[in-house]
Formats: sequence, C-alpha cells, structure tokens
Amino acid sequence: MDAAAAVSQLFNGLSTASILLMMALGLAVIFGLMGVINMAHGELMTLGAYMAYSCQLLFAHLAPAAGGWSYLLALPLSFAVSALLGWAIEVALVRHLYGRPLETLLATWGLSLILQQSFREVFGSNNVFVSTPGALTGGVAIGSSIQLPYVRLFILALAALALVGVFLFLYRTRNGLMIRSVMQNRPMAASCGINTRRIDALTFAFGSGLAGLAGCALALIGSVGPTTGQNYIVDSFMVVVLGGVGQLLGTVVGAFSIGEAHALIEYFTSSTAAKVAVFTLIILFLQARPAGLFPSVSRALD
Amino acid sequence: MATVAAAVPVPRAARGAPLLLAALALALAAAAPLYLSQTPLNLLGQFLALAILAIGLDLIWGYAGILSLGQGVFFGIGGYLMAMYLKMQGLQPGQLPDFMTWSGVTSLPLVWHPFESFPLTLLLVFTLPALFAYAFGALVFRSRIRGVYFSIMTQALAVAVSTLFVDQQQLTGGSSGLTGFQSILGHSFYANATQIAFYEVTVVVLAAVFAVAWYLTRSHFGVLLRAVRDGENRLRFFGYNPTVFKAFVFALAGLCAGLAGALYVPQNGIIAPGMLGVVPSIEMVIWVAVGGRGTIVGALIGALVVSYAKYYLSSAYPDFWLFLVGTLFVVVVLFFPRGLMGLAELAGRALRRRGPPSET
Repeated sequence: MDAAAAVSQLFNGLSTASILLMMALGLAVIFGLMGVINMAHGELMTLGAYMAYSCQLLFAHLAPAAGGWSYLLALPLSFAVSALLGWAIEVALVRHLYGRPLETLLATWGLSLILQQSFREVFGSNNVFVSTPGALTGGVAIGSSIQLPYVRLFILALAALALVGVFLFLYRTRNGLMIRSVMQNRPMAASCGINTRRIDALTFAFGSGLAGLAGCALALIGSVGPTTGQNYIVDSFMVVVLGGVGQLLGTVVGAFSIGEAHALIEYFTSSTAAKVAVFTLIILFLQARPAGLFPSVSRALD
Repeated sequence: MATVAAAVPVPRAARGAPLLLAALALALAAAAPLYLSQTPLNLLGQFLALAILAIGLDLIWGYAGILSLGQGVFFGIGGYLMAMYLKMQGLQPGQLPDFMTWSGVTSLPLVWHPFESFPLTLLLVFTLPALFAYAFGALVFRSRIRGVYFSIMTQALAVAVSTLFVDQQQLTGGSSGLTGFQSILGHSFYANATQIAFYEVTVVVLAAVFAVAWYLTRSHFGVLLRAVRDGENRLRFFGYNPTVFKAFVFALAGLCAGLAGALYVPQNGIIAPGMLGVVPSIEMVIWVAVGGRGTIVGALIGALVVSYAKYYLSSAYPDFWLFLVGTLFVVVVLFFPRGLMGLAELAGRALRRRGPPSET
C-alpha cells in the first residue's frame, strides 16, 4: 500500500476528529449536567458554518479588499450567535421539560426540523462554499509526496484551543466550579445557594457556542447545506457514549478513536462500510465496557 | 398517570362499549372497498399498514418507556423482503430482476434465493425483523444502555442500515430502491381485485395486531411493561430479568414494523432507502405522540391522522410541511403530552360533569 496516501488519510481523519471533538465537548457538558440530548446541536453547528459564509458575503459587499479577513470575524461571531440561540432554546423549551429527557429529545428534534427549513428559506437549499482565507492556503510539505494543508492544521489547533478553553472554564472559573457541583449533585448544589437554572442556561449556551465554533471550522473543509448538521449529531453523540459521560479525557479519546477509525476503514473499503463498521465496533466495545472508556465512578444506581 | 382513568368506576353498561366500538370500526374498515374508489382505498390501506407499526412502537415507547428512533429499519427490512419476492415474480427461468442486469450482475445473489418462494417470504417478513430487533436489543440492553442513550443507538442503527441499503446497489437497487412490480401469485399486480386483496389482508392483520396488543397491555405482561418504564431496578430486585424482557418487547415492536413494511410495499408500489432512514423513523414517533401514547388506540388514530395530513400537506405545501412537523413535535411534547386521546378524555370528563344529574 501507498504509505504517503495512508498518512494523508490519517491526517484528514485528524481534522474530522477535531470537528467531532468540538461538537462532542458541547454535547458532553450539556448531557453531563442536565441529562438531556439537544438534537438541534447539529443545527447550531450549521448556524456557525453559515455565519462564516455570511461574514464572507458581508466583507465581499462592504470591503472587498479585506475579504481575506472575514474568517477572523466569523470565529467569534459563530460562537456568539450559536450560544445566543442555545440560550434561547434552553429558556424557551428545554427548561420546561426538566426531568423528561426523552421528551426533550423529541422537542429539540422538532426544533431542528424548523431550523433546517429556516436555513433553507434564508440561505437556499443548495450547499454554499466558504473560500479558504489567504493566510491558510498551501501547507507544510513533508518529503516529496505528503502535504499537510494549513487549513487542517488550523482546525486541529482550533480544537486544541477549544479543549483548553473548556478545561479552563470548568476548572478555573467560579462558574465552572458551580457547573461541576451541579453536575455532581444537583439538589445539594441548589441547597448551597447555587442558582441551578442560571447554571443550566449558561452551560447550554456555552455548549451551543462550541457547536457554532465546530461549524465555523467545518466550513473551511467542506460545503455547507441545511442538513449538514444532521450528519454530525449521531457521530458526536457516539463520541460521548464511547468516551463516558462527564469526562473531558474520554471525549477527546472518543473523538480521535472514531475519527481515525473511520478514516482508516474508509481508506481500505468505502465511506459506507466505514460508517457501518465503526457503529458495529462501538456496540461491541460497549459489551466489554458499558459505561465507555472512562466511566465516572458513582455509587448511585441510576 | 395512566392509572387515573382506571380508578374512575365505569358503569356496567359501558364496559362492553369499547368492544362494540372496535367491532364497528373493523366492519367499517373491512367494507371500505364498497364505498371507496381505488385511489382513496389504496391510500387508506397504506395508512392502516403504518398503523400496525405505530401499535408496536406504542408497546415499547408508550408502555415500556423505550424510545426507538430506528423503527424505520425494521419496517424497511419487512418491506424490502416483500419487494424482493415481488421482483422475482413474472420472471423467465434464469432471468434476473431488471436493476441487477443494469448493475452488471450475472447470477442471482444468494440472499435473493429464498424469495422465489411465497410461503418462505411470508415467514421471513416478520421473523427476520423480529430476530434482528431481538439481537440488537439484547446486545444493547445487556450493556445497560437505556433512556436517551438507547434512543441515540437506534438512530445510529437507522443511519448505518439506510446507508448500507444505498451502498449495496447490486442487491437492493441502491437509492432508487425496488419498484416496477408486475404480478403476485399469477395475478396482475395493479389489478383492482389484487389491490383490494392487499387492503383486506392489511385490515385483518391490523385487527389481529390490535387485539393482541390490547390483550397484552391488560395482562400481567402489561404490568411488567409499565414496571420497566417506572422502576426497572425494582423489577430487577423482584427477580425478573429486564434485559431479556426488554429485548423481547423490542422484538415484538420490530415484528410489527416488519409486518407493516411487508403490507405497505405492495400498496405503495415502491420501497427505497429514503423510507427507512433517520427522518422517517422519527416521524413514526410523532404518530404515536400525536395520538397519545400508552393507549394503543391512540397509536392507531395518530398514524392515520398524521399520515393523511402529511399526504395532503406535503404535496400542497412542501416547504410548509417541515415547519409544521417540527412545530407539531414541540407543541405536542410541551402542551399535549397525552395527545389526542388525552384531549378526548378531557372533553369526555367535561361533558360528563355537565351531563344529566341521573348519573350520581
């Protein structure tokens, strides 16, 4: 087999894994805290990707000379807009279904359909493209046949940055401390005077913002359509299941295992076969370790 | 929640009422070919087939609290198996189904051989989905995966299976699926009498599934189903094995879905991977949610109402349909968790309160 092609494939798997990681970090924090799955998480990602596209349009319209800089604005904007929408979803919908995780899943799925159709109305049903910023064209050449594109290196760096950001937020800030305490024992945290509703909304917004950031990264390596997010929601939840809930390390290992396994199997067979094989492997793996790679230790039964 | 209704004493005369109502509905449905023309009859037949699936879904979700977002998979298996049989009909010896010739297959693939036989097909359309559901359920439940985890697992299953069906073009006809059926048991496929026969078989199967589900939910089995939903660990401490039990119920729902698929395909005339993926699977959940889960009747009504609404609205206002279905999810979950059946009960109670004082 061609070693250079395999290395490139593995490297490409790394950027898929990075995007999965940013998606899954948001999902994992929300799921760990509230026990709910936000099925509109994928659409929050799509929203982030569309923000990158919108910035590009805006710059092309207002300041064509500075067009290369549009992505720099898109990064914070995609986080902010998705976070804002996530906050609204929590306050308007998720909060009222507290303690009914299956209902939350269904309601947020309904919301994701509404969002998809809204994207279609606003941005059209055809996929749109975000051009690579000038600073990220080209790549690092290793030897004569392997090239590592700057775009994919950038996504990798962004994911690493997001991971560090999540870590600092959760473990080095006051809000993070409160989030962790609610995660461990909600009634006790509430008794200590923590406003759990505010913490829920904050966490939901933060996780949603991460999804927006993932979308912004995705826009660099692929086209964006109304249903783009739907393809990622299942995969990113698989990451959470595989990694174990409430563990940052588990999410990281889970994202890279799934991303790389997919890339490797795809290299030898096809994209479809890879999808089916990865899913089967996860089911079999859970037979051996039901709570994932890094289970959180608890004496509670449920 | 569901025990509230049971606690209200029912007058002796009213006890036979549901049975009478069911008999009336069955007679009305069975006689439909007398008063419906071919197109509406065909549609009704399709919707009734879908109602079989909804009843199965209500058993696992409404009673046992296991939300499956992958019922389309079992529906698809039943449907594809039936379609494979239909494709084999009217072929000369040695001749292959048309799509195989197009994709360059020269001899009949091994998995297609059983579908030369009608009895074998009839057996496989419900046993295979049930066995597959049992195997999947047993593996996943054994890992103590439950709640939203399980739902996501079933959704991943829907993704995997639907992409697999698109990919295996030489076996499944790819993304365009299986269609162009000619005949069945020597009768022309699209003849009026053949289609009426499909319809009547659907009515009979639906009635049987309904009766079995009705009986099951009112027996000891039904108590266990609700126990799984409300206190699985307590059930385990009582000495039951919830894993086997849940896998069995999941298989039962898979069986219903397989039957539904096998009855739907002859009346719809086509089965394609688009009918068994994530989106159709979750639309099946909305049937039960709209009708009112945990009632069996609600599942049936919900499947008919939502399918008809989809048929009507998605052709008249295709853009509007997604908005509507999304809003329906949100509104039903937030404001009407017990669906149409819950509304009917509320209305009934209000009427009774205003009714003549002779009751008290």
